[in-house]
Amino acid sequence: MTVTTEAPTPAPPAPAAAATAAPRLRIRGLDVAYHRGEPVLSGVDLDARAGEILGVIGETGSGKTTLARAVVGLAPVTAGRITVDGEDRTALRGRALRAARRAGAVQYMFQDPLRSLDPDLTVSRLVGEPLEIARVPAAERAERVAAALDQVGLDGALAGRTPGRLSGGQRQRVALARAIVTRPRLLLADEPVSALDASNRNHVLRLLDRLRHDLGPAVVVISHDLDSLAGVADRIAVLYRGRVVEEGPAEAVLTEPLHPYSALLAASAPSLDPGRRADLALLRTPAARPPAASGCAFAHRCPFAGPDCAPRPAAVEPRPGRLVACHRAPDWRSRLAR
Amino acid sequence: MPADPPTPEPSPGRPVLTVDGLHVTVAHGRTEAVRDVSFTVRAGEAVALVGESGSGKTLTCRAVLGLLAPGVAVPAGRISLGDTELTGLDERAWRRIRGSRLGAVFQDPGSYLNPSLTVGRQLAEPLRLRLRLSRAEARRRAVDLFAAVGLHDPEAVHDRYPHELSGGMLQRVLIAIAVSGEPELLVADEATTALDTVVQAEVLELLDRLRAERGLALLLVTHDLAVVAEVSDRLLVCYAGEIVEDGPTAEVVAAPAHPYTEALLRVAPLGARGRRELAVIPGRPPEPGTAGPGCRFAPRCTYATDACTAAPVALDPVPGTHRRSVRCLRAADLALQGAAAPDRTPPRTPDREPDRTEVPA
Repeated sequence: MTVTTEAPTPAPPAPAAAATAAPRLRIRGLDVAYHRGEPVLSGVDLDARAGEILGVIGETGSGKTTLARAVVGLAPVTAGRITVDGEDRTALRGRALRAARRAGAVQYMFQDPLRSLDPDLTVSRLVGEPLEIARVPAAERAERVAAALDQVGLDGALAGRTPGRLSGGQRQRVALARAIVTRPRLLLADEPVSALDASNRNHVLRLLDRLRHDLGPAVVVISHDLDSLAGVADRIAVLYRGRVVEEGPAEAVLTEPLHPYSALLAASAPSLDPGRRADLALLRTPAARPPAASGCAFAHRCPFAGPDCAPRPAAVEPRPGRLVACHRAPDWRSRLAR
Repeated sequence: MPADPPTPEPSPGRPVLTVDGLHVTVAHGRTEAVRDVSFTVRAGEAVALVGESGSGKTLTCRAVLGLLAPGVAVPAGRISLGDTELTGLDERAWRRIRGSRLGAVFQDPGSYLNPSLTVGRQLAEPLRLRLRLSRAEARRRAVDLFAAVGLHDPEAVHDRYPHELSGGMLQRVLIAIAVSGEPELLVADEATTALDTVVQAEVLELLDRLRAERGLALLLVTHDLAVVAEVSDRLLVCYAGEIVEDGPTAEVVAAPAHPYTEALLRVAPLGARGRRELAVIPGRPPEPGTAGPGCRFAPRCTYATDACTAAPVALDPVPGTHRRSVRCLRAADLALQGAAAPDRTPPRTPDREPDRTEVPA
């Protein structure tokens, strides 16, 4: 399927609760492997709807960055399909892929704005560049750059500065303005706040929250830190060693996890809850074994794993809207007695 | 004047680090970046220096370690480690102290190790030279230390190169190296910031265990109050180069006395997991050297009055408390909100709409 290179039309503003609409991003059975090595992602199924923030959480090496890169065609997909508004992104090759990239309907916000923004370009050039690539006429460009800067709350007086003369929070907002200037239908933000202090982190998260309401894109926020997702994400998918082990409404996943790994993540985050340490002791294994080649990917670190965890667990839906891939999901919590 | 160290009382241990009236200037003395900072870290005590970037916490920590960049100087103040005065030491004396009595770990463990030597060698070699051990004995000590910092299979870790280890393992290796000289004080400068959540919790517990088991004094430097709320005994909240609040962590977290501490607590992720309006601190800290005569937080403070900016505000004892001080004129008449200990804190709305307050400097 080819895409026209016309300037993208603004997505219809969608309310956050448009849960019945077909998902804007649909990932089915996605496998990614580099150089015929071990798969980085295996059998990933995920949806993100217009106006929704999907949080993807996982530790270093879980494949979360690869997942986002696969969506924009920067990672070698070996199986599965990725569609954006029904259009198959994995089938795009050559000219069609370049055209799709130019159109800017899918935007990727890189992890480190200091390293991903050209240090010699001014803020207005940086933000206008995706429009140049999309061949938007110069007159319209200036207007849209100004609007994008306004949307991320950056003072127009900063437009002439280079990234080196901005604070960390300002740079992250320039990266965000650059990502939304093409009015994308899908925005992938890779660790958008991990380098920021708590106040600036909240600032950028609030912006993402407001932009998805105002502009209506589906937003995927990737993070190793669950506190970057609490408060803004609608749903959270937990990735472990290349597999989605749990997915569901954000608050439910964080406060009432169904997978032992999600529970370990939640209990590890800073908190003043005095019961947390007791939980942590029960959720950790004293000496993790090397991971098994087959079966449950988390079994080697799981205190609840037993011989029946040898086959690979399939994702099941024990409650409406909640998915978990764990043989022990029905009973592990009963062993967490305080 | 700095608030005097609290009057002697049944204290956890002898003072290990005493910083008294520390000033640090940058840009070859032209700009004052740290002003009149005083605090004590005792044996077995964990003290946290908390503040945003530019608060002076890192400069204070670097001054304690004798690792100031060119153009940065300590024009006034004293830093003592036990009975040893550190200010004015020459580089050789510094190096002797840093390897043994003073240990440090930083944010990016990979960059402090030699990529072409095994991590075991990087720990064993200094041990061998300093303690005149045989190679076999140095190796045994190194493996024991790796086990003590919670590395699984320490024998195997000993023979690994840095690139073969994860970030969390490298940070444990760095901690093993830092404590190998049996230091009195361990400085951890954003030591867990770059780590995964699960590993961060483990490393914080390790530091806490070393403190308890070895009587190590800990100085934790971080921008994230949430990280140290649980593991530190005492909080020093820094703002624009000054300490604005000083007190036992549990008391400060439960009932902050300075509006900046309240703001830091409000933005800190302390266990609230529900959907909520995320709080921000409006505005930005002043650039070093540009602050007016009065309270440096006043331009961003919801409670500020004209009197706040008129004249310098002293760091005074908090009325009705023990061992707490605050730099705020209104401390007595403000009832500030702390973080509640139970997990589910109710959502709070910010005092004002802060979206567009960040203006170019």
